Amino acid sequence: MPRYLSMVRIDEKTAPAEGPSPELMQRMGDLLEEITKAGVMLDTAGLTPTAQGKRVRWEGGELSVTDGPFTETKEVVGGYALMQCKDMAEAVEWAKRFLKVHEEHWTVTCEVREIMEG
Amino acid sequence: MTPQPTADPTPPPDSDPTPDSDSDPGTAIDSDPGTAIETVFRMESPRLIAGVARIVRDVGIAEELAQDALVAALEQWPRDGVPDNPGAWLMATAKRRAIDLVRRRERYARKLAEVGRDLEAAGPYLDQPSDPDDIDDDLLRLVFTACHPVLSAEARIALTLRLLGGLTTPEIARAFLAPEATIAQRIVRAKRTLAAKAVAFEVPDGPDREARLDSVLEVIYLIFNEGYAATAGDDLLRPALCEDALRLARVLAQLMPKEPEVHGLVALLELQASRAATRTGPAGEPVLLKDQDRRRWNRLLIARGFTALGRATATGAPGPYALQAAIAACHVQAYTYEETDWSRIATLYALLATRSPSPVVELNRAVAVSMADGPAPALEIVDRLAAEPALRDYHLLPSVRGDLLRRLGRTEEARAQFVRAAGLARNERERALLLTRAEEGD
Repeated sequence: MPRYLSMVRIDEKTAPAEGPSPELMQRMGDLLEEITKAGVMLDTAGLTPTAQGKRVRWEGGELSVTDGPFTETKEVVGGYALMQCKDMAEAVEWAKRFLKVHEEHWTVTCEVREIMEG
Repeated sequence: MTPQPTADPTPPPDSDPTPDSDSDPGTAIDSDPGTAIETVFRMESPRLIAGVARIVRDVGIAEELAQDALVAALEQWPRDGVPDNPGAWLMATAKRRAIDLVRRRERYARKLAEVGRDLEAAGPYLDQPSDPDDIDDDLLRLVFTACHPVLSAEARIALTLRLLGGLTTPEIARAFLAPEATIAQRIVRAKRTLAAKAVAFEVPDGPDREARLDSVLEVIYLIFNEGYAATAGDDLLRPALCEDALRLARVLAQLMPKEPEVHGLVALLELQASRAATRTGPAGEPVLLKDQDRRRWNRLLIARGFTALGRATATGAPGPYALQAAIAACHVQAYTYEETDWSRIATLYALLATRSPSPVVELNRAVAVSMADGPAPALEIVDRLAAEPALRDYHLLPSVRGDLLRRLGRTEEARAQFVRAAGLARNERERALLLTRAEEGD
């Protein structure tokens, strides 16, 4: 059964400064319980803001390190979920359920990618 | 039902506007509601069947009613949109049909009274998810029913994969390299047997519970091994069976978090699965543990295995699955084959032999003892096993014996053992390996 990485992209500029609402946290908790009970979730976590992140880059044989925030990107990875699903359609269905627990003012994208095995 | 927002046909602003573009990934899946419905149905079907079976008390009828709910979704969702909570919609539809069925049958009049009370207590179903705790209870009942000892082991495996793993009959047939008709018949007969023997849809209490849980764990373990033993190219589909078993075990651990052996089984399967990719070479040939590329062992599964093992051992003396998991843990903890803690493995095998004695466990213990303390004490164990009827045709007994004799310098005796082992091996590759070993070491 293939594994899928769902990269949760958020727009840091429009994300609520006070963070997720308690209601959202509650709904998210319920959903995480459901997906774990389905034997699907292998690992998931949210990430701290890119302001606290660094980019380490290799280009033209040179290393460079850039401090966050990474304002040139509209959406940044704000979390991830590693799931084991029957197929891409199931992974996408779980991603939809994840997105639907958010309130309307959120802009969130789940980029779901199959992990190359072997 | 309100259509879900993602079904909105308006293309996202940055999508390719050319009309002949058929590669827009943003709408490809949603443009086919059939795929979405089938996916949701497959994900929800174990819970649907379990929820309905509690009402109709028959897994065969429950499965049919769940299928009816799918047909209703296929009719309505493309027209009205996918409901906000598709799982609850399917469950409500299936349960309504179940209640209709019960009502239609007069001979179920007495049950109707019970069901009616349940319904009133539960309130209106529609647009409201079922209580997760109820679903958990129903799912557990379904697990214990599908794994009922009144069925043969083969029937239990097929029924569990079908009802709980969500596998289709052709998928199960492919996994077991059996004709589809055979599997279909096995499943039909299993459902009939459960009905004919009036097997209660329940999780047993008291002393029955442990015995029945053993059967449940065994079924999952057998499914895993069916996939794990496969090495040949023809069997490429079977590793999927390992994943199905692992998923079932993970589900069971969530349903029965207080049962240490359930966590023990999860730990064992996670740790075994972490090595799966390195067990065969490029041509599909088996790669022995000592030759496996340990850098390619799956760290995430190892970590999950250790977590589950911790849960299993936190609540008392480890059972057989937890002990086997602890042995697997010793292997994955070693950076090299030589660094393996063989005396700990030998101790764990000794514990396992007390908990669930078996000649195969003894043979494995002998191998661990030979690594920890040398070939002489190991040979004593193996010689005691020579009379064991269960191992008479087991090629690994002479193979291990040959290895120990060779290490003791008894070359001629060793050669005879390897030749004997080759004669017993059923797998061509193994036979070839053993014949090579017979020629070595002079």
